[in-house]
Amino acid sequence: MSLRLDLQIISDWIPDGARVLDLGCDDGSLLNALQQRGVSGYGLEIDNSKFADCISGGGNVIQADLDQGLPQFADQSFDFVILSQTLQAINHPDFLLEEIVRVGKQGIIGFPNFGHWQCRVQLALGGHMPISRTLPNAWFNTPNIHLCTVQDFEQLCQNKAISILNRSIVNHAHKDTLGTRLLPNLFGQIALYQIKKS
Amino acid sequence: MPDFIPADSVGLVSPTVLSIDQPIMLECGRELPHYQLIYETYGTLNQAKSNAILICHALSGDHHAAGFHSMEDKKPGWWDSAIGPGKAIDTTKFFVVCLNNLGGCKGSTGPTSINPETNQLYGPNFPIVTVADWVKSQTVLADHLGISQWAAVVGGSLGGMQALQWAISYPDRLRHVLLIATAPKLSAQNIAFNEVARTAIKSDPDFHDGYYAQHNTLPRQGLGLARMLGHITYLSDVAMGEKFGRELRTGNLNYDYGIDFQVESYLRYQSTSFVERFDANTYLLMTKALDYFDPAQKCDGDLAKTFAPIQANALVMSFTSDWRFSPERSHEIVNALLSNGNNVTYAEIDAHQGHDAFLMPIPRYLEIMTSYMQRVAQECTEQ
Repeated sequence: MSLRLDLQIISDWIPDGARVLDLGCDDGSLLNALQQRGVSGYGLEIDNSKFADCISGGGNVIQADLDQGLPQFADQSFDFVILSQTLQAINHPDFLLEEIVRVGKQGIIGFPNFGHWQCRVQLALGGHMPISRTLPNAWFNTPNIHLCTVQDFEQLCQNKAISILNRSIVNHAHKDTLGTRLLPNLFGQIALYQIKKS
Repeated sequence: MPDFIPADSVGLVSPTVLSIDQPIMLECGRELPHYQLIYETYGTLNQAKSNAILICHALSGDHHAAGFHSMEDKKPGWWDSAIGPGKAIDTTKFFVVCLNNLGGCKGSTGPTSINPETNQLYGPNFPIVTVADWVKSQTVLADHLGISQWAAVVGGSLGGMQALQWAISYPDRLRHVLLIATAPKLSAQNIAFNEVARTAIKSDPDFHDGYYAQHNTLPRQGLGLARMLGHITYLSDVAMGEKFGRELRTGNLNYDYGIDFQVESYLRYQSTSFVERFDANTYLLMTKALDYFDPAQKCDGDLAKTFAPIQANALVMSFTSDWRFSPERSHEIVNALLSNGNNVTYAEIDAHQGHDAFLMPIPRYLEIMTSYMQRVAQECTEQ
């Protein structure tokens, strides 16, 4: 079974045998793929509708609400804490980010870039809230309540004394192009960051 | 009466009695020189003896977890929704064992048995047994069956406490533990409910300090009242509202102190049927075993330290409307397991049935348990 492309990039960042915490692990596909490489840990997920899949794949999944933070975990108890495509749906993303770098030696964060030119055009010229492949919901029924741009995210990291170790800003096909390299905040659709506490 | 046995039932089953002459030393300091355990098994033990599942029963449960004793039975065993061919605990893959606990009243030695030293009924003189004592006696049954390691020990409520005790006390004798709607110890509120139940029983004039059998009577009022109280706390407000609402029994208010509402009639029926099938001294004993359970006591309340010996992988489940063993109590267990780095999966099932939800065929609950048990079964074949 092949991984979703952003999860593949994240997987490539994680060495064999690491200990991980996957926040918002969905059906556990990343967790279960990592397990094949001796990576151990837990997935946290608020919705138990795909727990059966996660369990079948061998993953440890814990039902938990990320808005409560990660009080059940000790400082620096994981090599990596992963948050993929979930940051924008969190009530207090700044607080969760702090929790991620507290619990994990490193954090891996992936989110849709709201600074992409199509979003900008839809809002500036169309006059309506952007809808795109990575953000397909209308404003009134979207779970994405805290959208940010690449620039916003990097600013928040700076404010929180979080260092960026690595980033991958790609288009919807998860390719990096000349555009995403030169003007990532304009041409990148998906942003992936590797971070740690400074 | 079942007109026919459903395809996913273990079918007609009968219990076995194991007589044990090896004395058992109990936590209270008393010893039982001889005792018997009644149990049922479903499915077949494989050659490697690696596919055995122990089911631990809750307060009023017994060894009859699945199937029917006869075609005259109105209902199957107490956890038939989860045990059977193709069910969550699949009897085509597992050898399932369920016993009546020591101190019970369904065939294992307890207050309704004869004390061989006096040739009289034990009655209130039966020693108080604890969860740890039960687990100790269960190891004797496991040894008898040739099971050195359970594929899983499974329990809900008080049964979950036994499963947890197994994982702590005999870490190498189980590979998985399923802890359902349970807690690492009772809260003050829970103990308070139990004390009301005990007071109801003990203040019944027919209780005779526990020697009711000698007086050819039963503390029906007291035990019935205890059962009513228990029943209310095992359900949720929503579940009772859905089941009965304010529906009247005769359609009119009677303006007297008899039964007006359906819920009253239901509670009375539950209590009168219970008193005929359950022993009051056993009820007292079971509530004490619940109250006393607190494995972390030996570690100054540090649950993670208490769980340090645990090797078993755990599936923990709770139910949103369960206020006797609330999800928060399961969180305590899960968090301690997490801090020890144990393999653990935790699901909080949306259910309105209250504590009783763990006995109900709730699709999401059974789906998750099925998925987990399939993984357990797979390991059994790899053994």
